[in-house]
Amino acid sequence: MPMRYSFGGDEHLFVECSEDMSLEAFFNSLSMTTGIKEAGIKGVTEICPANASFQIKFNPDVIHPDDVLREVKAIEAAATKAEPVITTRIVEIPVFYNDPWTHETLMRFRERHQDPTGTDLDYAARINNYASVDEFIKAHSGSPWFVSMVGFVSGLPFMYQMVERKRQIQVPKYLRPRTDTPRLTVGHGGCFGCIYSVRGAGGYQMFGITPMPIYDPTQKTSYLKDFMVFFRPGDIVKFKPVDRDGYDQAVEDVDKGRFAPPIREVRFDLREFQNDIDGYNAKLEGVLNGH
Amino acid sequence: MAIKVIHPGLATTVQDLGRPGYFHLGIPEGGAMDRLSLKAANLLVGNDEGAAGLEAVFIGPKLEFTQDAMVAVTGAEMPIKVDGVEQPGWTAFAVKAGQVLTFDFLKGGARIYIAVSGGIDVPIALGSRSTYPIGALGGFHGRAIAAGDELPVGEVRKATEGKTIPEALRRRPGMPTELRVVPGLYWHRITEQAGRNFFEDEWKVAPEADRMGYRFRGGRPLDFVAREQPFGAGSDPSNIVDSCYPYGSIQVPGGTEPIILHRDAVSGGGYFMIGTVISADMDLIGQMQPHTPTRFVKVDIEAALQARKDRAALVGQIKALF
Repeated sequence: MPMRYSFGGDEHLFVECSEDMSLEAFFNSLSMTTGIKEAGIKGVTEICPANASFQIKFNPDVIHPDDVLREVKAIEAAATKAEPVITTRIVEIPVFYNDPWTHETLMRFRERHQDPTGTDLDYAARINNYASVDEFIKAHSGSPWFVSMVGFVSGLPFMYQMVERKRQIQVPKYLRPRTDTPRLTVGHGGCFGCIYSVRGAGGYQMFGITPMPIYDPTQKTSYLKDFMVFFRPGDIVKFKPVDRDGYDQAVEDVDKGRFAPPIREVRFDLREFQNDIDGYNAKLEGVLNGH
Repeated sequence: MAIKVIHPGLATTVQDLGRPGYFHLGIPEGGAMDRLSLKAANLLVGNDEGAAGLEAVFIGPKLEFTQDAMVAVTGAEMPIKVDGVEQPGWTAFAVKAGQVLTFDFLKGGARIYIAVSGGIDVPIALGSRSTYPIGALGGFHGRAIAAGDELPVGEVRKATEGKTIPEALRRRPGMPTELRVVPGLYWHRITEQAGRNFFEDEWKVAPEADRMGYRFRGGRPLDFVAREQPFGAGSDPSNIVDSCYPYGSIQVPGGTEPIILHRDAVSGGGYFMIGTVISADMDLIGQMQPHTPTRFVKVDIEAALQARKDRAALVGQIKALF
């Protein structure tokens, strides 16, 4: 499918790589935004990749919108032929599933949910055909996730589950958005997982909470000293279930400045991944565990 | 020197002209919603046009000055008083140490801009002093000001008491307010009739209107072109695979109430957008109160660029006064 170009007023160019979400669409978006960065088009002030689309902001006092459009279109041919290979990071994120804080919040907003009688985990497990919440958590934490967009608010990652489409977890958003979500809630809406970087409104189903801050404007968190936002598009995430003790220990470690998320550099090749998804994921997990 | 906050107003924040460059991480540009008013206030007190001032919405703060200062208030119409004595808007006036700046009820517009010679000297965060409360970033400790705060002020600049911006150079939204829109983005998702209705109908600003976005009510719901929803988009016809959102873009969740994203926009999400308010009209939105009748006016890119030039010329005329 060809890319679709549209101006967002006089300051933005919006480009949809595909209507459907897929890792191919994300890689097209990523290679386009990389190409645009490298081209150094004058007047471009922001380059924002998203899941299956991207947006650039420009100063029309410096460059006419038609010229931006022409220069970006000129990059399309080369970008779509680019090898779908990146060098990125794989990171392990501890998650306390079914925790008391998201539980309290989901009970407080129960009348806004599709299924007021259960929890978000009960609901998600049932509609995705898992026999139990435990089976569902096993699936959620069993395969890696691909960060296909960073945004909404401060450094929030959108994550795409790295399994065949038919096995992907899908859930609707709340019927009406909540006005509150605990900070660091692990959520899910549509086919995307997310981690709420800050406390606030939200519509995604809530499955658990991570003790690992991913946004710190004070930059006191040991691994956020260089930059306040943890995630970048292209990161690969593996969730690791922890219990209450594991969660409390990690929170204490974060506070004392000794929490170090396991991170490894890894080369990701989309074609190899698609040839053998489970085998490739096992290899990725091996890299994470230092094999 | 410092300014003591006796009463903060409703939601008063430190703002400058924003922090471009971090939208790809979900950190918006932010800054004054009505940029022209902030620039004018700064110029009146001898500051650079982009110095940090205070933006107060609907209700003004009560501030005590610990030293002599030159002050200017622009933007919304709200009577200004120093120790109870009324002062002119859009004009530099002197405040003596120990005097208190207060405001009466709002008469028109929505946001005032208070500039102090030297600027509000909070630390720079990611290139700007603007407050982004959702991310607890910038401004005074990342939040709206509160009673008891002492706001630091920078080195005083040279300014002329009584200097004023003539009425003709002050820009205010009309009634009904017309906002010019370039259709696009996911415009193709609605029917032709719905597109005509959107521009024909009169809308009103809803109570849910803040720095992140302005919601509108009162027009007819938008009908969608039927389609099978793309994978990952969600089941509602107004859903898309989560994408970026331009500043000024108009999303219409469920096809019912349009929301214009403003300076503290969320950077993306899963609702389709039908177009974007032109850059020259973004300031006007910052001066709209709830219930303001609003018409959306369809324009093309060339008209948007011309409006941008006209607005730049207006700012140029203001600058030429100094």
